[in-house]
Amino acid sequence: MSLNKLTIAAARDALRSGDVTSVELTEACLSEIEGAGALNAFVHKTPEIALEQAKAADTRIKTGDAPAMCGIPLGIKDLFATKGVATQAASNILSGFKPEYESTVTQNLWDAGAVMLGKLSMDEFAMGSSNETACYGPVVNPWKVDERQLTPGGSSGGSAAAVAADLCLAATGTDTGGSIRQPAAFTGIVGIKPTYGRVSRWGVVAFASSLDQAGPMTKSVRDAAIMLGTMCSHDPKDSTSADIPVPDFEAALTGDIRGKKIGIPKEYRLDGMPAEIGKLWDDGIAMLKDAGAEIVDISLPHTKYALPAYYVVAPAEASSNLARYDGVRYGHRAKLAAGEGIVDMYEKTRAEGFGPEVQRRVMIGTYVLSAGFYDAYYNRARKVRALIKRDFEQVFAQGIDAILTPATPSSAFGLGEMADADPVAMYLNDVFTVTVNLAGLPGISVPCGLDSKGLPLGLQLIGRPWEEGDLLNHAHVLEQAAGFAAKPEKWW
Amino acid sequence: MSIDIDTARKVAHLARIRVPEEHLPELAQELSNILTFMEQLNEVDVEGVEPMTSVTPMRLKRRVDEVTDGGYQDKILKNAPDAREGFFAVPKVVE
Repeated sequence: MSLNKLTIAAARDALRSGDVTSVELTEACLSEIEGAGALNAFVHKTPEIALEQAKAADTRIKTGDAPAMCGIPLGIKDLFATKGVATQAASNILSGFKPEYESTVTQNLWDAGAVMLGKLSMDEFAMGSSNETACYGPVVNPWKVDERQLTPGGSSGGSAAAVAADLCLAATGTDTGGSIRQPAAFTGIVGIKPTYGRVSRWGVVAFASSLDQAGPMTKSVRDAAIMLGTMCSHDPKDSTSADIPVPDFEAALTGDIRGKKIGIPKEYRLDGMPAEIGKLWDDGIAMLKDAGAEIVDISLPHTKYALPAYYVVAPAEASSNLARYDGVRYGHRAKLAAGEGIVDMYEKTRAEGFGPEVQRRVMIGTYVLSAGFYDAYYNRARKVRALIKRDFEQVFAQGIDAILTPATPSSAFGLGEMADADPVAMYLNDVFTVTVNLAGLPGISVPCGLDSKGLPLGLQLIGRPWEEGDLLNHAHVLEQAAGFAAKPEKWW
Repeated sequence: MSIDIDTARKVAHLARIRVPEEHLPELAQELSNILTFMEQLNEVDVEGVEPMTSVTPMRLKRRVDEVTDGGYQDKILKNAPDAREGFFAVPKVVE
């Protein structure tokens, strides 16, 4: 098997036994990346850094006490600040920006010996569900079943496409409303968003600070467990980073969920949901039942209000966070005409630098925070958010261990197909995932089957706060039972 | 709640994003559609509910108020579009 197709777990074992070197793994990935320009996933390549890190990893592995991630070649979402390497959140407003610092998550990975292959495309500022808002142009899903080019989903679309196409062993993603789980489902890979506070946000370009959380995007649940463990840490530089120990997530993968209670929320069975999604969900329920879990019907009554609450809270926070892009300290500054002043500079810089979706969300956020509307929109949304969280607390208090839902309302759609649709239609992609961010819970997307067109579909498991290990174990059981092994046929 | 052209112009200015006059009607329509979607929230009974401030029940950490970082002006200015003599340079602010 080509080395770039290995899982993290298999590569770790092969590195430790001396069957393969990190330099060999890294070269295999770099050569795949060179041949995958048509996917448009890697937008800033760092082969020199990669080979240097790989050599250092090989030396470290020889000493015999290397961590699991040592020598593993990764792709990094363009949202993570990487020292001296272009970091622009797929936005023209950060064009040319090279941070003087490293994000905590990537630093944790490099400290463990992981290798950076380069930066991966995404929706601009992580705002989108199709990777079409990237300043680099859309990423193309490696899955292709007819003449159409499909979206890999978003916002972590570059990460999803790169992992699904075996350009890297795994990638980092971030998830504000579903941006890890939806693209993972669209590309047949695994993606986990941990509990809010589990992973440091320091050095991750901020979108909506109360919702943003980074996580791994991988080829298996075991890989997600391994990589998540390395990404997590308590970080004094992020005041919302939780000061609690990080357990060994891989050790939690016992494969035993006998007696666990799985909640099936009736509100997630939407009118007009494709029959294939409903069937996939029913199959998943049967798999967990066969594994000895108890299936319990539950109700999360405020589910319907999650999307509108999210589309108040997230843009409000974005409008504040993105105020820093003013053409003064970094990135793009508009050229000014004679006599134009500083307000002209701000307004022209932001009009030129932000794409249409980012502009729309910043303005919505500005509106809902403005005098006279703050209570009607922003405060009301925060109250509804509290009710959404309470719904989950009540079912967990009933003894529910995990909740099973579909990950997305459809399989991957065609690039450009949503171009003329109302922005709200695109927002509906997040309908199953956004509740998890609003409630701060861990959620994982597991590939479970193909639809009639031959495109991957995923199921989502939602866990109790801080119980990522237990959640990953449920996901592991589902993964084993579903036996999803399909890969996209190489056309690129 | 629908947004008229004057409100759209005002919001764009508050957000410091220049929107050409001819694009304002379309912007007003888009913002109105999104706000209509949000208005579903009015159906929810939120009587007595506290607005969420933190999703995890944690107390923000405190530390001694002292300088723990800094002293690298060159790094701070490295990415500036216009830096002169150790400062960020901008168009004239005060007449």
